[in-house]
Amino acid sequence: MEADWIRGLAGGLLIGTGGAVYLLGNGRIMGASGILGGLIDGTGRATLGERLVFIAGVVLLPLLLWPLFPERAATHVTSDIAVIILAGLLVGIGTRIANGCTSGHGVCGISRFSLRGIVATVFYILAGGLVLALFRHVWGLI
Amino acid sequence: MRHMLSFLAGALFGTGLFVSGMTDTTKVQGWLDVFGDWDPTLAFVMGGALIPMAIAWRLTRGRQPLSGGQFPDLPRPELDHRLITGSVLFGAGWGLAGLCPGPALASLTFGGWQGLVFLAAMLAGMFAAPGVGTALDRIASKA
Repeated sequence: MEADWIRGLAGGLLIGTGGAVYLLGNGRIMGASGILGGLIDGTGRATLGERLVFIAGVVLLPLLLWPLFPERAATHVTSDIAVIILAGLLVGIGTRIANGCTSGHGVCGISRFSLRGIVATVFYILAGGLVLALFRHVWGLI
Repeated sequence: MRHMLSFLAGALFGTGLFVSGMTDTTKVQGWLDVFGDWDPTLAFVMGGALIPMAIAWRLTRGRQPLSGGQFPDLPRPELDHRLITGSVLFGAGWGLAGLCPGPALASLTFGGWQGLVFLAAMLAGMFAAPGVGTALDRIASKA
């Protein structure tokens, strides 16, 4: 349990450093949903290359790391395909409509005391907690 | 230069997500599950990430990005129905599966079929989002 928070803090520092590199280096906000979404709906065509190499970095580094720490390479995602598809659709639609997710509104927004980032984060955490409480503890579905 | 920096940022982000345990949905759902066995890890991850980012925002003042151009125009601090509705929809999906866009990418190589199905559904949702957003605008303008 102690090691968990140390790893969490260390990982968080790496995430924030990634965001700092993206901002100070390229003048862009490191939001996973924005970088990905711009490729899907065509709004990011002008910056296609930098979006693709960013995604390549996110995908490839864990690929290099997980064989070294196989016990950490488990996502424990439910095998209920209906829940997975519903959750994926909600995350895709919601992050694009809100124009940000945990990295964009959360990490990049809160760190500059952005009102929109803070409000978005409060609402997605409340919604996540409520949905989990209903589906797990009230209805016993997940 | 831009591409090198993008790759470096993505690599740091992916490594951080893996190291912190945020690619494990039990840790994310554990943090949201205040009525269950609550797991505080996510708060440490968020706290850790905010430190370098807050320093970076300070360093933008009076400077230009390393690879040229301008720092981004920041949105006006306005709260609209899209921000709220979108965040609620996102949070609902996040609570259901324990995955958000970053960890969905970072866990792609070890997340099995579940991870692939989630990513496909999320991309479909992103494709549908502009249409859903327009429909929400119409509802909001009537309300």
